[in-house]
Amino acid sequence: MTEITEVPSPFCGIGTDDLTIHIDGVSLKVTANGCAINSPAFEQPITDTAPKINGQSVSLTAAVDKAAELLRNTQQPLIGGCATDVNGMRALLALADKSGAVVDNINFTAARRNLLALQDSGWMNTTLAELKNRCDVLLVIGTDLEGFAPRFYERYLWNDASMFLENTGRREIIYLGKAPSGDASTSPSGKKAAVFPCADTDLPDVIAVLSALIRKQPLQAQSVAGIAVSDLQVIADKLIAAQYSVVCWGAAALAYDHAELTVQAICGIVKDINMQDTRCSGFPLGGREGDQTANKVCGWTTGYPARVNFARGYPEYDPFLFDSQAMLNNDEADALVWVQAFNISSKPPETDLPTIVIGRSGMTFDKEPNVFIPVGTPGIDHPGHAYRLDNVVAIRLKKLRDSGLPSTAEVLHAIEQAL
Amino acid sequence: MLIKLTGGTVYDPASGIDGLQQDIFIRDGRIVEAPTDGRPVDKEYDLRGKVVMSGAIDMHTHIGGGKGNIARTLLPEDHRMDPVARTPITRSGNGHAMPSTYVAGYRYAEMGYTACFEPAVLPVNARQAHMEMGDTPIVDKGGYVMLGSDDFLLRMMTAQKDQKAINDYVAWTLNAAKGIGIKVVNAGGINAFKFNQRKLDLDEQNTHYEVTPRQILKTLATAVKELGITHPLHVHGCNLGVPGNIETTLNTIQGIEGLPMHLTHIQFHSYGTEGDFKFSSGAAQIAEALNNNPNITTDVGQIMFGQTVTASGDSMRQHANHKYASPNKWVCMDIECDAGCGLVPFKYRDQNFVNALQWAIGLEIFLLVEDPWRIFLTTDHPNGAPFTSYPHLIRLLMDRSFRNDMLATIHPEAQKMTTLASIEREYSLNEIAIMTRAGAARVIGLKDRGALSAGNWADITIYTENTDRQAMFTKPDYVFKDGELVVQDGQVVKVTWGTTHIVKPDYDLSIEKDLKPYFDKYLTMKLGNFKISDDEITEDGRGSLTAHPLRGEA
Repeated sequence: MTEITEVPSPFCGIGTDDLTIHIDGVSLKVTANGCAINSPAFEQPITDTAPKINGQSVSLTAAVDKAAELLRNTQQPLIGGCATDVNGMRALLALADKSGAVVDNINFTAARRNLLALQDSGWMNTTLAELKNRCDVLLVIGTDLEGFAPRFYERYLWNDASMFLENTGRREIIYLGKAPSGDASTSPSGKKAAVFPCADTDLPDVIAVLSALIRKQPLQAQSVAGIAVSDLQVIADKLIAAQYSVVCWGAAALAYDHAELTVQAICGIVKDINMQDTRCSGFPLGGREGDQTANKVCGWTTGYPARVNFARGYPEYDPFLFDSQAMLNNDEADALVWVQAFNISSKPPETDLPTIVIGRSGMTFDKEPNVFIPVGTPGIDHPGHAYRLDNVVAIRLKKLRDSGLPSTAEVLHAIEQAL
Repeated sequence: MLIKLTGGTVYDPASGIDGLQQDIFIRDGRIVEAPTDGRPVDKEYDLRGKVVMSGAIDMHTHIGGGKGNIARTLLPEDHRMDPVARTPITRSGNGHAMPSTYVAGYRYAEMGYTACFEPAVLPVNARQAHMEMGDTPIVDKGGYVMLGSDDFLLRMMTAQKDQKAINDYVAWTLNAAKGIGIKVVNAGGINAFKFNQRKLDLDEQNTHYEVTPRQILKTLATAVKELGITHPLHVHGCNLGVPGNIETTLNTIQGIEGLPMHLTHIQFHSYGTEGDFKFSSGAAQIAEALNNNPNITTDVGQIMFGQTVTASGDSMRQHANHKYASPNKWVCMDIECDAGCGLVPFKYRDQNFVNALQWAIGLEIFLLVEDPWRIFLTTDHPNGAPFTSYPHLIRLLMDRSFRNDMLATIHPEAQKMTTLASIEREYSLNEIAIMTRAGAARVIGLKDRGALSAGNWADITIYTENTDRQAMFTKPDYVFKDGELVVQDGQVVKVTWGTTHIVKPDYDLSIEKDLKPYFDKYLTMKLGNFKISDDEITEDGRGSLTAHPLRGEA
C-alpha cells in the first residue's frame, strides 16, 4: 500500500492537483480532496487487459495487425472520441495523417459554439489564477457551474487568501439562465448567489437585452423571458462597476441551434465592458475528457482545432462537414477508430462499419467491435500531459501504478507503423 | 562516416574567415580537422563555386507557445490558402502566417536555418512551448522565459527584497521552465493592464505595486548579469507601436546604466511624431544610440507587406491596437498571475502611410547600425511578417538598387519621410553571416554552434552564388544538421530532431520556502507540479536537452 499526494486530475478539467490517492496493487482509492467527478474516475477498476478481436482474446501484436489490416485499404476512415493525453493525440494525428482519416473530438459539437465565435470575432478571456485572485463579480450564464466542476467554488472563489481582494467571501455571484444545483455558490459566510432563471432557449433574447444595456442602448421592453429588464440593468451596472468581473459560460450547456451566436454576444459584452474604463474577462468551461488537449495538439499539428480531414493528403477543417456522427449517418465513411482513454461509458457510435476501439480498460459493448485494445489511463497508468479548461495551462500527469496496460500513444503508434 | 565538403567559399565570421576557399570535414556530427591518418572519405560534396556558411540561427521567432496556437486557431482562412501535403518522409500541415509546427521546422530547414529561439515562454505555459517545439522537426530550439509582470517578482520588488533573493527567483524560474534566457515584455505593463492601466511609461508606477518599468528592467538585467546568463536581458520595451516612443526607447537605453540588454523588434519602438501625419522615423537617433552603447544589442522586427498575425505577450498594447485588426477579430488574455497575451491579425499595406514608413524605418535601422555583431535579422515572426520572408529581406539589405525600386512603390508621403534612398550601404555576405549565424550564436550563448571551425557541431548551409540574393537564400543546395544531410535543393530529404538549448544557473534552494506557500495560497498548481522535469522533454525519444555554460565557465 502506498499513498501519493498532489495528484493532478485529467478528468475534471479544472486542473485539480491536490488529490491524495492510496494505491493497493492496481486498486486506487481517493482519500483526500476527491469529488463526484474525480473519485469514481480514479477508482474505476481495471477489468480487461487482453486485446480482443471479435470478442476473443488475442495478443497485442495480433490486435494491432488486425487494426492495421482493417484500415489499410479504406478511403475515408473516421477517428472519433479523441479522448486521451498529449502523446496520445500526437500518435492519433500521425495515424490520421497516414491513413487519410477524419479526426473528430467527442466534444467538438459543443466546443464548436465557442470556436465559431472565436474564429469570427475573437474574445477576451482569463485563467483560473486570475479568477481566484481578482474576480469580484462572477456572472454565470446558462450553466450549472458546480455540476460541471464540484470543487470550482471551493478552489477558485472561496479561497481563504487572495492577492487583491480583502475578503473573497464578498464576491458577488450571479446566475443567469440555469439555477445552481446546490449550495457551492453560497459564500462561507452564507451570502447566496443572485439567481435569475430562464429557459436555455430564451438565453439569446436575455443576452441580447443585457448586451444592449451594457451598450447603453434604449429599450422599450420591461421584461424578457420572465426576467425584469430592471434586474438585467442591475447586473449590467454591477459588471461595469466591478474592478475585474468574469463572465462564465459552458458551451455544452447551450444546447440549442446557433448557440454560437449567444457565445459571440457574451464575448461582445466582455469586450464592451473593457471599453468602459474597467476590466472584465470571459471564462468558457470545458477541458473534460481531453477536449482541450485534442484541440491544442491538433492546433499546432494542423493549424486547426480537432475536426479535420486528412483524406486529401493535407488537413482540411470544416466544423460541420467532418462531424463524424453525420458522416456515419450519411454513409460517408468506411471504418471507425474510437479512442477513449478516460471514460468507459463513452462508447463508439452504433455502426456496421469495421470498428476499432482503443478504450479504457473496463469498457463493455453491446456489440463487440472488430478490434478492442484496452489501454491505460493517462495520469493513472502512465505519465502524460493534459490541458485545463482555461486554454493555457498544461498539467503534468503522474503514473500511479504498474498495470501493464499500454498507453494510447503506444497502441496508435504501433498501428501506424503496421499500416 | 567521414564527409568532405570540397572547395566551397567559406564565410565563417566566428573564425574571421570572409570568403576563403576551404575544405570542411565532418565526422560523427561535428566538424573535424582534415584527417591525417589516411582514413578514406566516405562521401564528398564538390562545392566549388558555392557559398558555405554555418546553419542560420533565428534568435527571435514565435514558433512555440500558447499564443501562437491561439493565433493558429483564430485564422483558419489563412491556413486554407497554404496547405502542405504529406510526403513519404514529411508530415502534412499548413503554412503562411503561423504555420503548423512540422511545416515551420521543414520551412526553416529548407531556408538553411538550423536553430530557432522562441522569445516569449510564459513560465506557466512553458510546457506547451516545449511540446510545440518538440514537434518542430530538424531545427534546434530554445526559449527565453518571460518575467516582469508576474506577481511574485512585483511583490518581491514592493517588499524591497534584496538582489540576491531576486536572482534566486530568476534562476529558479529559468530552471523550472527550461529556458536559455530571460525576457521582459512591456515591463510591468501586462500586470498593470489587469489593474485597468491602459498605458505604462518607463517611469510610471504600477498602481498596485508602485514599481516602475525602469526599476523592473534594472533589477532583471542585474539578475541576468549576476547569474552569469550569457544572453542579455531580452527586452520588449514599453509603448510598442506608439508614435513618439523613441523617447521611451532612448530612455530605456540610458536607464539600464551600461548593463547588457537586448532590445527586441526595435523597429516597433523607433517612432517619432513629426510630419503632417504625426508619425516619423526615429531610426537615425536609435541607430546612433545603439552605435554609442556597446552594451546594447538589437533585432529589428522588420515588417513586410501582406497579411500576418501579431502574437504578443503585451496584452496592454495588443488591446490598444485591436482597432487595427484585419480581419476584424482578436483575442486578449490575462494569464495566471504570470503574464498575458494578445493576438491581433494585421495586414500591412504598402499604400498605407504608417505601414509604409514602418517598413522604411526597419530598413534604416538595419543600414545605420554599424556593428553587425550587435544587430540581428528578424521580422519578429509572425508579428512583422512570416519568417519565410527572410530571403526577400536579405535582398533588400544586400542590393541597393532593388531596395530603391521597392521604395519607389510605397506610399508617396512615406517616401518623403525616409532617408532610405540616400543610404548607400549594402550588406556583404560576411555581414549576413555575422547577423544570422556567428553573432546570433554569440548573443544567445550557444557553445559549439554558429561556427565552422573544428569542434563545432556540423550545422552547415550551402548556397549557389547568385546576384539575386533572394533566390540564393530561398533555396540552399545543401543543409547539414548535426552532420546529416537534411535538405537538398531546397527540399527536406531527411527528418531529424534538434536539441533544446538551456542554461542552468545555480540558486539557493531556500527560495522554495517563499515560493511554496505562494503557490499553495494564490496559484492553482502545486509547486512540485509546476517544475518541468527533464523527462518531459526527452521521453518521446526525439527530444534532448543541451545545457550551455554560464559566463566565466569553460
